[in-house]
Amino acid sequence: MGSYIFKRLLMIVPVLFGISLIVFFIMALLPGDPAQAILGSYATPANLARVRSQLGLDKPLVARYFIWLWNLLHGDFGRSYSLNRPVIKIVFDRLGPTMLLAGSALLFASIVGLLSGIIAAVKQFRWQDKLFTLLVLVGISAPSFWLGLMFVLFFAVDLHVFPVSGMAMVSGGGGVLDVLHHLVLPAVTLGIVATGVIARLTRANMLEVLRRDYVRSARAKGLTERRIIFRHAFLNALVSVVPVLGIQAGFVIGGAVYIETVFQWPGIGQMLVQAILTRDILLVQGGVVIIAAIYVVVNMIVDVLQHLLDPRIRN
Amino acid sequence: MRKLLVFALFLALSLPVFVFAGGSAEKTNKGSSQGQTSNQSSSMTNAAQKPFVVGQIAEPKSLDPAADTAVNDFRILVNIYDGLVQFKPGTLQVEPDLAKSWTISKDGLTYTFDLRTGVKFQDGTPFNAQAVKFNFDRMLDKSNPYHKSTGPFPLAFFFSSIKDTKVIDDHTVQFTLNAPYAPLLSNLAYPTGLLVSPAAVEKYGKDFGRHPVGTGPYEFVNWVSNQKVTLKRNPDYFKGMPGLSEIIFRPITDANTRVNEMLSGGLDLMVEVPPDSLKLFENKTNNYKIYQQTGPHTWFLILNMKSAPFDNRDARLAANYAINKQAIVQNVLQGTASVAVGPVPKAFGWAYDKNLQPYPYDPAKAKQLLKESGYNGQPVTFYVTQSGSGMLDPVAMGTAIQADLNAVGFNVKIQTFEWNTFLNKVNAGLEGKADIAEMAWMTNSPDTLPFLTLRTDAWPSKGGFNSGYYSNPQVDKLLKEARESTSQSERAKLYQQVEVIVHHDAPWVVIASWKQNAVSTANVEDFQLQPSFLLNLYKVKLK
Repeated sequence: MGSYIFKRLLMIVPVLFGISLIVFFIMALLPGDPAQAILGSYATPANLARVRSQLGLDKPLVARYFIWLWNLLHGDFGRSYSLNRPVIKIVFDRLGPTMLLAGSALLFASIVGLLSGIIAAVKQFRWQDKLFTLLVLVGISAPSFWLGLMFVLFFAVDLHVFPVSGMAMVSGGGGVLDVLHHLVLPAVTLGIVATGVIARLTRANMLEVLRRDYVRSARAKGLTERRIIFRHAFLNALVSVVPVLGIQAGFVIGGAVYIETVFQWPGIGQMLVQAILTRDILLVQGGVVIIAAIYVVVNMIVDVLQHLLDPRIRN
Repeated sequence: MRKLLVFALFLALSLPVFVFAGGSAEKTNKGSSQGQTSNQSSSMTNAAQKPFVVGQIAEPKSLDPAADTAVNDFRILVNIYDGLVQFKPGTLQVEPDLAKSWTISKDGLTYTFDLRTGVKFQDGTPFNAQAVKFNFDRMLDKSNPYHKSTGPFPLAFFFSSIKDTKVIDDHTVQFTLNAPYAPLLSNLAYPTGLLVSPAAVEKYGKDFGRHPVGTGPYEFVNWVSNQKVTLKRNPDYFKGMPGLSEIIFRPITDANTRVNEMLSGGLDLMVEVPPDSLKLFENKTNNYKIYQQTGPHTWFLILNMKSAPFDNRDARLAANYAINKQAIVQNVLQGTASVAVGPVPKAFGWAYDKNLQPYPYDPAKAKQLLKESGYNGQPVTFYVTQSGSGMLDPVAMGTAIQADLNAVGFNVKIQTFEWNTFLNKVNAGLEGKADIAEMAWMTNSPDTLPFLTLRTDAWPSKGGFNSGYYSNPQVDKLLKEARESTSQSERAKLYQQVEVIVHHDAPWVVIASWKQNAVSTANVEDFQLQPSFLLNLYKVKLK
């Protein structure tokens, strides 16, 4: 077990190195640079040259990559020019809200997805199954940024049940409940696709497992239906659902990019969109590397869990 | 074991919810306790204490005027700081602010400012000539200890003509220039010229931008990253008691979200309303007030005068008569812009030639002129950008223009580029690549646009933005004179002559000037949008 975790940890190093390489050179390929974005209409060649040298953009590309990488290895992500603060500080400021949003979305997706998958499987072909299948189809098919806007129009603008945007009341003093109140719409919107995927998968796996011989034996032994479903069928179905949870975690963090923009959630996704538009190279690079690191680590945890859940993999 | 694992998985997933919910709650510090999302009636009864919430378009970069370049940041700055001079409300004319008066030497090289007495920065330190010198040295003098640590200052070149800043006495300060530079006063009125507290710069160093201290009507309270910047009333403001007790600037990057916040009562004022959404508010005039103000902005087409067809004046005139500018402004831009005439925007009332009329929409005349020009139907390449600062709705506008031009016999082909690629291509000059390119400028002095884009010395090969290669020695001479003149009325005459000549030569097709808009709730009083696009809230009150 220990050596397995160690091997997985070791594999993170080349993955992160590759990511740093890709994100750096993609940013370099983008037309326009920070100097141009800062100066706008005033981007005369002389002004451009001056601002570029102030930002250290006048050095050759390869040299810039190694300087960045060297600093990165020393924990220095550089300073964002568009927000005039250290990148690491900004990213960690934003990481909390994104984790909260993505975590809640995943939690929502796991609970609702697993439960509706189980119900749909147990009540196969009955109205519960049809209803859940329909809802799941809508959840997977509707673009979530559109769904988000519809939720806002209905629940916030018309009904005033939830706030339109932000993470807390601007006047302050709302505490945890206020944050949860602001969290509902974006978390549900962000979690809805994952809910659908998890529900479908759970339903399919449950159906398969429920037809197995050991379930029939369990029924023959006279176990209660609840015990059969949760103790015998569900846990076995879960084995193939867990890795998907890991993949969905990646999608959810990716989805945060536009959900955070729609809901003005002060997270890392919204930060990245702004940073790309203003060509804030260091902020984009730092943000992507950190998100990638989180994604890699989450997947590692999921693999280890899988390892523990499934004796076949262990051996 | 398995049960435990499943439970652990759920716990791991739900952990961040509780950890970060607690963490973020701590961040929402002081401020009044009224819910901004609560319904309108409860907020009305508490109008006196309720913060005034402004919907901004982005998170500010910094609140240090020397470091900022975006209008979005300037909107906050003008409420914290004052400059030596300012734009007179409703105009782009320069009037005294922290300077009571000034004199300019005959040769235009020495500017002497007489400062107000008894003014204090919000940290209690006095405002005086030393403070002014500190501000300009910080921006311009590389040996100043705060030049590097609090820089870079991208717009410092506004003041690059200043050779030296001298303290004459406690309340007199003198600038010596390298060469006469008439736009200096306009540049001093621009937010880059706002004055900061030297004591605060010394105290906070490179974090000054997050701890701003000025002399303005509102003082800084706090800045919660990406959520809000809070200001409160400065009761000692030298011009009198400001109208609002507390202001909160919220960054809301998505325009639809901004509109939804306004509709649900979360904002008192929002800027940059999308044209489509403006109608929503127009239908509810009992609850909202709508503001519009044409700015110092010009949207135009650069015509490539190096080669056919636009090396011929008749062809250029044909393009000017062929395009229905009124229809573009009304239908494409839905009234969010007005038809413009020349390189000096209407917003510069003092320099603008009121007698000049735009070329009327006259397709028959355009057809005739095009025929006379000897145009043979060759393809005309038209560079269009997908988006861009000040470019309004460039693709839709480009398509409408193409249709108008083709209707009179041009054979226009559009090429579309991403904004930064577009700028690289156009700024390098159109020769050998394109015949027409869209462009837009927003300026703070009537001098800027013609000086950078119409002089012979501003051809791309010489580092300027004259991408269509217009050249008229008379225009060059007049613009040079205007830059050296120290009398505003004389400058106005010179700019007006430039406008007449440029209108006659028609190196561009001038299309529109953007109107800035804003929406407030009906209980906001004494708010006015400025042609400078700045957002001065000193006199604003809540009913």
